[in-house]
Amino acid sequence: MSRIPYPQAINPAEPVVHGQGSLQAANAQSASEYDRIVANPKFQQLVHERTRFGWILTAVILVVYFGFIGLIAFDKALLATKVGGGTASLGLFLGVGVILIAFALTGIYVARANSRFDVLSADLKRSLGQ
Amino acid sequence: MIRSSSLAVLGTVLAFLAATSAFAAGPDLGAVQQSATNWPAIGMFLFFVLFTLGITYKAAMGTKSAADFYAAGGGISAGTNSLAIAGDYMSAASFLGISGLVYTSGFDGLIYSTGFLVGWPIVLFLIAERLRNLGKFTFADVASFRLDQTSIRIISATGTLVVVAFYLIAQMVGAGKLIQLLFGLPYLYAVIIVGVLMIVYVAFGGMKATTWVQVIKACLLLGGATFMAAAVLYKYGFNPEALFASAVATHPKGDAIMAPGGLVSNPIEAISLGVGLMFGTAGLPHILMRFFTVSDAQAARKSVFYATGLIGYFYILTFIIGFGGIALLMSDPSYFKLGPAGAFDKLKDMIGGTNMVAVNLANAVGGPYFLGFISAVAFATILAVVAGLTLAGASAVSHDLYASVIARGRTNEASEVRLSKIAAVVIGIVAIYLGYVFENQNVAFMVGLAFSVAASCNFPVLAMSILWRGTTTWGALIGGLVGLIAAVVMVVLSKAVWVSTFGNPTAIFPYDNPALFSMPLAFLTIYAVSKMDRSRRAQRERALFDEQFVRSETGIGAAGAHAH
Repeated sequence: MSRIPYPQAINPAEPVVHGQGSLQAANAQSASEYDRIVANPKFQQLVHERTRFGWILTAVILVVYFGFIGLIAFDKALLATKVGGGTASLGLFLGVGVILIAFALTGIYVARANSRFDVLSADLKRSLGQ
Repeated sequence: MIRSSSLAVLGTVLAFLAATSAFAAGPDLGAVQQSATNWPAIGMFLFFVLFTLGITYKAAMGTKSAADFYAAGGGISAGTNSLAIAGDYMSAASFLGISGLVYTSGFDGLIYSTGFLVGWPIVLFLIAERLRNLGKFTFADVASFRLDQTSIRIISATGTLVVVAFYLIAQMVGAGKLIQLLFGLPYLYAVIIVGVLMIVYVAFGGMKATTWVQVIKACLLLGGATFMAAAVLYKYGFNPEALFASAVATHPKGDAIMAPGGLVSNPIEAISLGVGLMFGTAGLPHILMRFFTVSDAQAARKSVFYATGLIGYFYILTFIIGFGGIALLMSDPSYFKLGPAGAFDKLKDMIGGTNMVAVNLANAVGGPYFLGFISAVAFATILAVVAGLTLAGASAVSHDLYASVIARGRTNEASEVRLSKIAAVVIGIVAIYLGYVFENQNVAFMVGLAFSVAASCNFPVLAMSILWRGTTTWGALIGGLVGLIAAVVMVVLSKAVWVSTFGNPTAIFPYDNPALFSMPLAFLTIYAVSKMDRSRRAQRERALFDEQFVRSETGIGAAGAHAH
């Protein structure tokens, strides 16, 4: 199957797997089309901002979770500390905290994507004449 | 499945072995006594089955194209998809296993809940939107976007089938034992019922039926768990502090249940488990398939956000249910096997084992009909999860192996879908057979192994092919293979298999969870082999990255929502 030139949408009903043509050189027109998009400053800005944001949030969740596991492994006494003179321990609050932070981070990503990345993306598509 | 004897021994390895079994749907219940036939539970389960079969019939009527069969026509909304994702993830293991773990060890149960949840942000930040933009039906579509179809689909399909096989065995054996306990049905009947129903859902209704079965089950499970947690909190005036105080006063370990116990005393084991849970989530084929059922990248990312909320909420509920079990069941002898003079061990002697905490608590807070409801929900949960797994396995066989490798694209949609249905039937029969064969085997390590393989084969191949320009076919193929073999070999040489199953005196591989070692090994191999690959094909593949990059980042040219 020949590679479907951008920007025509690929028909998902098509029986042939779409990457089948990947070993054939992409036809000249579509190749230059993609080069044009990659070189577009709007595309570069979108990719740069989103990739950076994604990796920062990834780092945050890794630090939060493995920090929690690290505390459990190395400082059990700290986690056993009572909070506010009650029965609940610091560890319990931190554990629930990890769950809430995970949820909050996905929320932050979605909010940022809705307010910023979608705008950049729409902007890019406009400038490409779509 | 969580053997209280091994939890009593606070040696890390044993505790981890027990804890690993928290993944699996009750496979290690040991010699289960068949209980009296539970008619309210059977009645409610029959209602669930009839209702879902009705949905399957309707879905089968609307399933015409391959896109309908594999991806529900791409027409699932973000909200529905998030419920289906949560349904795939909230197995009977998390519900019964984690509440049982909280019951025996308190705080330590929370370690598992957090581990299971933190994979979702990673899925969102790194792969969900790109997956939707690049993919069609299976994650192999994405990984092979610019790489060689034959090689990449073989490694992806192998990774998929290995994950599905281990996961399915654990679920089937767990299902058989659980149903024996809950419904009073013989083990073999239970396994056959599960197998036949999952074949019907998948072969007739495809992704549409599987999705809706999952959604209904997720709603039932969330509703039932919410009611139980609320009923527990109600008894303590909605004051968690009062619940904790009562639990600490009742539990034999006393105040120690509020602090970390023996579960994590070896940091390397703990981190390896965490790596497996976190990145395994991002490589589970039946979960990844769900991103192709929504219309676009926006819907994909919203579904992860909602699903993370639902799953996190569910884990908090299981924690409350576990504590409710301590506070409300431990002092009531009617939930225990009584020894001479009415004595019983609060941790070891619960009727049906500690996995039955949630079920017994249902009886305590809602009476026999609510007990029947929760039993039916537990059965429905297993059924929905195995249906999702079967669909993922059948898609790998038909869409990846048959259409792209064997027929090399020279096939048509109708015969591909027909083959997928046949594959679903075969997988179902094999699953029934394996469930029967493994009845008295220790299968507790198998879900852990499934996560490890997903993290060490599927995830590296997928992530590297999407994110790194330099990835070549040779790199992905050899790296994926190395990760797969490393994960399986390390588990075979670990205590769970080498000592417990084969009866050798000591384990050769010292940890129960291989992901910390096998996953980086896979990434490194992909990197190194790709770097060394100087073939002309490799150069073409690197050159094609821009095209893939544009589509993965913007969705330009992505497969649309409708197949018409």
